[in-house]
Amino acid sequence: MEVIQSGEEVLLQPVDIHAFREHNRQKPKGLVNKLMSEREAVSRFIQDGNYIGTELYGSVRAPMSITREIVRQGKKNLRLAGQGVLEADLLLAASLIKMLDITYIGLEVYGISHCLRREVESGRIEKCVEWSNAALAWRFKAAAMGVPFIPVKSMLGTDTLKYSAAKVVKCPFTGDPLCLLPALILDVGLIHVHRADIYGNAQIDGISGFSAELARASKRLIISAEEIIPTELIRSQPDRTIIPYYLVDAVVEAPFGSHPGEMYYQYRRDEEMIKEWVEASKEAETTQAFLEGYIYGVDDHEAYMEKVGKERLTGLIVEHPRRAS
Amino acid sequence: MNSKDYNPTELLICSAARLMTDNSTAFIGTGIPMLAASLAQHMHAPNLVTIFEFGGTGAILEKLPLAVGGSRTFHRALAASGICDIVETAQRGFIEYGFLGGAQIDPYGNLNSTVIGDHDHPKVRLPGSGGGNDVGSHCWQTIAIMRHDRRRFVQKVDFITTPGYLTGPGARENAGLPAGTGPYRVVSNLGIMGYHPETCQMVLLATQPGITVDEVLENTGFEILLPEEVEVNPSPTTEELRILREEVDRDRLYI
Repeated sequence: MEVIQSGEEVLLQPVDIHAFREHNRQKPKGLVNKLMSEREAVSRFIQDGNYIGTELYGSVRAPMSITREIVRQGKKNLRLAGQGVLEADLLLAASLIKMLDITYIGLEVYGISHCLRREVESGRIEKCVEWSNAALAWRFKAAAMGVPFIPVKSMLGTDTLKYSAAKVVKCPFTGDPLCLLPALILDVGLIHVHRADIYGNAQIDGISGFSAELARASKRLIISAEEIIPTELIRSQPDRTIIPYYLVDAVVEAPFGSHPGEMYYQYRRDEEMIKEWVEASKEAETTQAFLEGYIYGVDDHEAYMEKVGKERLTGLIVEHPRRAS
Repeated sequence: MNSKDYNPTELLICSAARLMTDNSTAFIGTGIPMLAASLAQHMHAPNLVTIFEFGGTGAILEKLPLAVGGSRTFHRALAASGICDIVETAQRGFIEYGFLGGAQIDPYGNLNSTVIGDHDHPKVRLPGSGGGNDVGSHCWQTIAIMRHDRRRFVQKVDFITTPGYLTGPGARENAGLPAGTGPYRVVSNLGIMGYHPETCQMVLLATQPGITVDEVLENTGFEILLPEEVEVNPSPTTEELRILREEVDRDRLYI
């Protein structure tokens, strides 16, 4: 295939499908109890310098309890698949990110991310490699397919492509220019789900975001779940299992694990807390005070929930007629 | 309606809503596009199907979503899938309208939401493409919603995040983007803009009520094309405003 254009940025993670296959071959295929605490999951499976990614989106079904634990343990020099809101913001606030494959980091209705601005404009983030939202999801999809790239029609003709690590080729079938996105294999993926069993069979209700793709693109996968359920219940509705156990390395029980984001069918977002973060994040000093209050100053997710207040959390619960596990 | 009877956000919402047609599909982000889609559903387009990036298709927007992946984006929806399915649906040509925004727009409708200044040493680091580039690449007709001033309507954007007509006629097709797609309208607080069919450059189609053509020109950082007759966009009607305030955004989250 004739390469017409190459994105000028570097690949932040090598496209090594062979190593990925070897890695996957070694993963245990037996049903092993993987239930552990946030502390154990993060200390065992995330190392300084790792490339990590989270799903879904910072105010929606996001692995916030795991993210807070990463901040608490101060895992540093991380590379991040940068699609996020509150979760990405916390990692940036603690200056843990060295390089970004970025599509969107912001605060949605509350505007641009002050933490992103501080980290990038100061030069503390060494690289921002640009992509579109679907491009990042498709890069996970390529890794999930076990192939080195995926052809798409996004990003063509733009600076988004110029400042990416994509390539444009002449399509061997149609002759048209085509964008090739390199597979993105994560060292560690983090996903919050509605329910899982102790082996890691994980079920998600509602929209699935890019959970299926990210789970299959991760060398190591940490699942946090609102609820740990018996495997028999998984077996009674296997069609809901988006993530089968063999992909998973750690299962963490995390009720209100997406707080202050929402968990659809279960609890709504904590608007007051999100606004508190938006305000605090405007200045470096208040940002650090927030981190001290809600992360460094509390031992774990249980202590976080106590700090936020059980009554406040219970007040966020929504009733949905269909859902029952 | 007198312009004192509605605010600029309400004007943008009503203007955008009128552009959507019934029995079509619209790729919706949070904010004004969502309110416009909901208003269109209540008025002339009851069968307009809203599509949200992270998987919601055909939601009933009884309560306004605060996040593109939030539960309200698939409230009583017809399908709940994921981002690959949604953008692949756009890539296959199923999605008619797409809504876009950005910090800067140029005469060809190219949009910047990535950086102000140099990419590697930016003056302001903006959020990035998000779904913008995907929407601008695949939807048949895109509608940009912008606040109108010379810092935003510029001759050259600092960074082309999302493709408009790029450098002009044929440029999208030459770059490999799907044929027949591209910018359709720009809705601003000062006017409604389209694109010249031959040069692909921005044309002022109508001024917003109470705004003169000169005011549009003064607030545009490039030479905007003028047709023989510039229309006046009708003010929001009493009915549009009633539905917007009493049904679409009862809790006044946005308006």
